Amino acid sequence: MKQPDGSHIPGNMAAILGKDIRMDSKKSNVKKTRITAKELGRQKFMLIWSAIFVIYGFVFYYLPLGGWIMAFQNYKNKTGFLHSQWVGLDKFKFLFSDATFLRVIRNTFCMGTMNLVFTTVMAIFFAIVLNEVRHSGPKKVIQTVSYLPHFLSWIIVTGILNDALSSTGIVNELLKKFGLIKDTIPFFSIPALFWPIVTFAHLWKETGWNTIIYLSAITSIDPNLYEAASIDGAGRWQKIKHITLPSLKPTIIVLLIMNMGNLLNAGFEVQYLLGNGLVKSVSDTIDIYVLTWGISQNDYSLGTAAGIFKSVVSIVIILIANAIAKKTTDERLF
Amino acid sequence: MEKTVIKSKLKKPKAGDVIFNICNGIFMLLFCVVTLYPVLNTLAISFNDGVDAMRGGVHLIPRLFTTQNYTTVFALKNIGQGAIISVSRTVLGTLFALVANALLAFIVSQKKFIFRSQLSLFWVITMYVNGGMIPIMILYKNLHLTNSFWVYVIPAMISGFNMLVMRTYMEGLPESLQEAAQIDGAGYMTIFVKVISPLCKPIYATVALFVAVGQWNSWFDTMLYNRMADKYTTLQYELMKMLSAVTSLKGNAGAATSGTTVNITPISVRAAATIVTMAPIVMLYPFLQRYFVTGLTIGGVKE
Repeated sequence: MKQPDGSHIPGNMAAILGKDIRMDSKKSNVKKTRITAKELGRQKFMLIWSAIFVIYGFVFYYLPLGGWIMAFQNYKNKTGFLHSQWVGLDKFKFLFSDATFLRVIRNTFCMGTMNLVFTTVMAIFFAIVLNEVRHSGPKKVIQTVSYLPHFLSWIIVTGILNDALSSTGIVNELLKKFGLIKDTIPFFSIPALFWPIVTFAHLWKETGWNTIIYLSAITSIDPNLYEAASIDGAGRWQKIKHITLPSLKPTIIVLLIMNMGNLLNAGFEVQYLLGNGLVKSVSDTIDIYVLTWGISQNDYSLGTAAGIFKSVVSIVIILIANAIAKKTTDERLF
Repeated sequence: MEKTVIKSKLKKPKAGDVIFNICNGIFMLLFCVVTLYPVLNTLAISFNDGVDAMRGGVHLIPRLFTTQNYTTVFALKNIGQGAIISVSRTVLGTLFALVANALLAFIVSQKKFIFRSQLSLFWVITMYVNGGMIPIMILYKNLHLTNSFWVYVIPAMISGFNMLVMRTYMEGLPESLQEAAQIDGAGYMTIFVKVISPLCKPIYATVALFVAVGQWNSWFDTMLYNRMADKYTTLQYELMKMLSAVTSLKGNAGAATSGTTVNITPISVRAAATIVTMAPIVMLYPFLQRYFVTGLTIGGVKE
């Protein structure tokens, strides 16, 4: 079936990328075409630009890794990398004895997981029910509406969320109208509500956009499968359970692995923008910790150490997720 | 699929189906309302008298219409400059990123290129490993990128992800075109500019859209690197400052017009600023949608 709005995007991208990265590791030693001197001469244009790109990439992506030595020093601006005092693992020891840091890890991890789980489930659910909307007109309108929030900045999203949840906001108003509450709920002062609010913010912003991936995967399912199932007397629910969901599995797994690498990254802007003194204990994330210590307190070494922790854990998570996926299913990222 | 649709139309609809469709319709309607209401509400508040809006109850239509919030926003000190910088960084940042990513993607897509796999791996690694906030900030300081406009453009020039997306698209193009050009004696530069790039318009448009939206929406780099330089402030950052002022109840936005009438509140001014910041995206959105849809459809269909 032709998908009139043709909503392929990151899903395909992710799938393609996953495949590409996989292929790369194998392809490299398969084909060794002989390069003649003449061909090399023709490649001059590419060689020069590659060199420029490698220098650029080295400076902006690899050089900062050298800054990791700060974590093992008592780095001071005055003394620089060369003359700062070496402290070994002291900074890491401080981190792991710091109750704030441990709390910050918990916050980052929990909010990251909640966001990942709920946005994934919601996107799949929404894709399936949207696919059941047979009229292309309304379907297109819904899609257009649902993609829009993805393009708004977190500043705007948190701003309107702030309004909606304020004491005169629509949420309190509705709750009062239906008699569910008597006094207004100060949403942003209750620690227990902070994580759900952050999750909701992600759902509001990204559900539509994430749906694109799954919708395109659903439209590429062989229609004959559904037809055969209908003849066998399968109902809507059975078709979803036995055809749609299994067909989505590869997409879901590749995306989950990719997103798990971002688990610890995904907790910054919203928490920074929505957090306040009253909910600090549940809102602060690793990045905010780095920001507070590294930038505001000028303890570059401690900030770097926390950053290293985050990078290393992210890579470990993605490798573990990949290994589990490889073992339990055929899908993997690399 | 087409067939099943027809068939199910011919058959008498089952009661379960009808109920499902009604529930589904209600769900979709609710989804759209939840998505659109907050945006439209902000729009209404931005055109409503500030003091009046504080009483609550302004929903989709302003109760006491005024454009005062907007005149206040445009009179704020940094808004004009922020708009100029936001537009500049979006235009220049997108242009630079597009050219750099496309050229790199082209090189990596060339099967004959001797360092192909090494170069590819070099950029794939950057997608997973990064130095972290502090080392990067020190680097930018040493490169004199802080307190400068170029911190918005240069570090964001190449992204491994965008480059790979473009490369995948290029690899899907028929090789015969390039071979024909090569037989005619075209060099790699000519092939990139005259053969490949014209065919890559959809994917270029898509990547450009992503980069542009990212540039327009980012504020953290302004806060981190250009906090001290009002010259390089951006709309998003100004809006962010307003937001934190409102939430911490300092409310200094209203101070900008003290002396005139006091019918504006921080909240109403911020609503207006939100609309101003959002407007370019919302207005361009219908046109952009075509690109992120068609561009990537072709990108996905290629196999």
